[in-house]
Amino acid sequence: MGKNLWWRMGLCLFLLFTFSFSAQAQQKIIKIGAVYPLTGNIASTGLDCKRGVDLAVDIINGKYDLDLPLAKSEGLPNLGGAKLQIVYADTKGDPKNGMSEAERLIAQEEVVAMIGAYQSSVTKTASQATERLKIPYVCSDSSSPTLTERGYKYFFRVSPHDAIFAHDQLVFLKDLEKSKGKKVQTVALLYENTEFGSNAGKYLKKYAEEFGYKVVADVSYSANATDVTSEVGTLIKSKPDVLMHASYITDAILFTKTFKEMGFAPKGILTMAGYIEPGYLPAVKADGNNIIIRSTFALDLAKKKPLVAKVNELFKKKYGIDMSENAARSFMAPFVLADAINRAKTTESEAVIKALLETDIAGKQVIYPWKGIKFDPQSHQNVYAQGTLVQIQNQDYVTIWPFASAAKDVVWPFPSWKGRK
Amino acid sequence: MPEQLLQQIVNGLMIGFMYSLVAIGLTLIWGVMNIVNFAHGDFLMIGMFTSFWLFTIFGLDPLFSIPICFLLLFILGIAIYRFIVSKVMKGPMLAQLVVTFGISIFLSNLAVYFWTPDFRLISTTFLQGTWDVGGINISVPKAIASIGSVITSICLFLFMKKTKTGKAILATEMNRESALLMGINTERINSLSFGIGAALVGVAGAFLSTYYYIYPQVGGLFGTIAFAVVALGGFGSIEGAFIAGILVGLAQTLGGFYFDPSYKYAIVFMIYLITIWIRPQGLLGW
Repeated sequence: MGKNLWWRMGLCLFLLFTFSFSAQAQQKIIKIGAVYPLTGNIASTGLDCKRGVDLAVDIINGKYDLDLPLAKSEGLPNLGGAKLQIVYADTKGDPKNGMSEAERLIAQEEVVAMIGAYQSSVTKTASQATERLKIPYVCSDSSSPTLTERGYKYFFRVSPHDAIFAHDQLVFLKDLEKSKGKKVQTVALLYENTEFGSNAGKYLKKYAEEFGYKVVADVSYSANATDVTSEVGTLIKSKPDVLMHASYITDAILFTKTFKEMGFAPKGILTMAGYIEPGYLPAVKADGNNIIIRSTFALDLAKKKPLVAKVNELFKKKYGIDMSENAARSFMAPFVLADAINRAKTTESEAVIKALLETDIAGKQVIYPWKGIKFDPQSHQNVYAQGTLVQIQNQDYVTIWPFASAAKDVVWPFPSWKGRK
Repeated sequence: MPEQLLQQIVNGLMIGFMYSLVAIGLTLIWGVMNIVNFAHGDFLMIGMFTSFWLFTIFGLDPLFSIPICFLLLFILGIAIYRFIVSKVMKGPMLAQLVVTFGISIFLSNLAVYFWTPDFRLISTTFLQGTWDVGGINISVPKAIASIGSVITSICLFLFMKKTKTGKAILATEMNRESALLMGINTERINSLSFGIGAALVGVAGAFLSTYYYIYPQVGGLFGTIAFAVVALGGFGSIEGAFIAGILVGLAQTLGGFYFDPSYKYAIVFMIYLITIWIRPQGLLGW
């Protein structure tokens, strides 16, 4: 009996040693939580964002000859080559899941930072959880201006927000008049009624009035609609020169079909978000032509930025498709976080926040046409973030504004639907 | 603006006929079995995908895939009834309530698994374009779908009133015990009506696929409205569901056009609330 006991204790000790040894030898892992809508109405968008994040993590963890932060080294050199691991959680596109999933990731998965959630309404609740639990949150894919107006200590945004985009669209209309002599007098606003759309609508209205345009229709709607003929009827009745539309993808498809069906063709259709998602063009095909969309990224940027072509090559190799705007936006957050953690030399929240505030990534190290990434000390919004406008021409997204970096000339006015296939 | 008024009425009727067709299958299942089929919207989604794949792989126009959708969904409906629902019918009320809900989640996630959450559209059928009738734009696929919905509803109506099986379904709906005493095999009637209910929504799916985008969660949108339509028309009443569908369609487009589009669903549900306040059993329920 006694002998048996010794034998057992020996075995225990042996196991203890082997496991502690292997744990030490194991590569250090830094866990980052990512909340995205992986099922539900806009699951295709969530999947697209995830592709961008996964590629970014590949580049950070591996060795690549790219001018991106931490690309040339394996993992985070200041933390002994520690690797990033993304722990995904599905929000189903619902704000209440955003909060509960963020809490779960922090409590159970012990993630040290958070990224995501694409939909502004979900980012809003998820970042409430991270703020309370004191975990850094770097967002590069939600665009509601209010997110960085809350004065949160732990929330940072890399990408431009809708107030910037809205302002851009009106500057574009003024530019159109100045340099091309195309005059616009009235605008109609159309936006989905959650956090993203209603805020975009608010800023579009504000700037439209400031720029001296008359707002002839102001229509909000639910993105989960089966039919939008009454919305389009209201727009037709108001006879606007230009329509400005903030939408998600399902409503973008439905509206495009309904515009065509009811023959609604103002001089220009300027849009946000939904129209640039990878699911949009395959669904509507040529009916998407001539629509203008705000963007932070387009593949034709590669002409001026070789980095874009190289990243897209990797993306195409991994997924078999071109990088979309969503994937490109979500792509940047892991770099910003990894860069800050690397400089902080620890994953401890306060140190990471301090490092994030000191972030200074050069323009040549990002895949967008920006001067770089640097956060405003108060709002934590990237001060260099700006938008561009792309237009769908021959079923492809081409940069048309700012006119200086345009790849092609803008098609204006929007041609009538009659005679189009 | 009489032109826009007419345009909205036409649009309201067209979407209304679609609601009717989706709802009559739901009301049939409810009427016979007293269970709410939460998976109804997902049956619609499967009908749409069937039509989409037949078009993509075999180039079969959605109009010709209608009989295939009907048959496939009929078989699926009967199978789901036989193997899942009938087992639960003997169980507690709560189990009956959640079983179709579970089927719904299963089907939509299965669709995500097999077909990805992407959006799809059938764009090159010969039912494309719009007719311009005196300044009113009428979408061709929507118009054809509306006619199809009316024909299907009339067929169902005649089947229920004129055939022996149809009368047996009606009898079961009215009083299960008496129907059983009269020698009606109510178990067979159950599975038959579940099958027909599913088959009808399959037909709706085929029609809808000619102009609406297709993705795994598409059923949720139409399913929710179908519940309101069934409740408005009176649970179990086919004529009621048909009329209520058209009412909801009109209320939605006209209400949205004359008040504010953001209130259009609120207007629909307001009408529903007022109706059940005056007539708790719904328009034509008993």
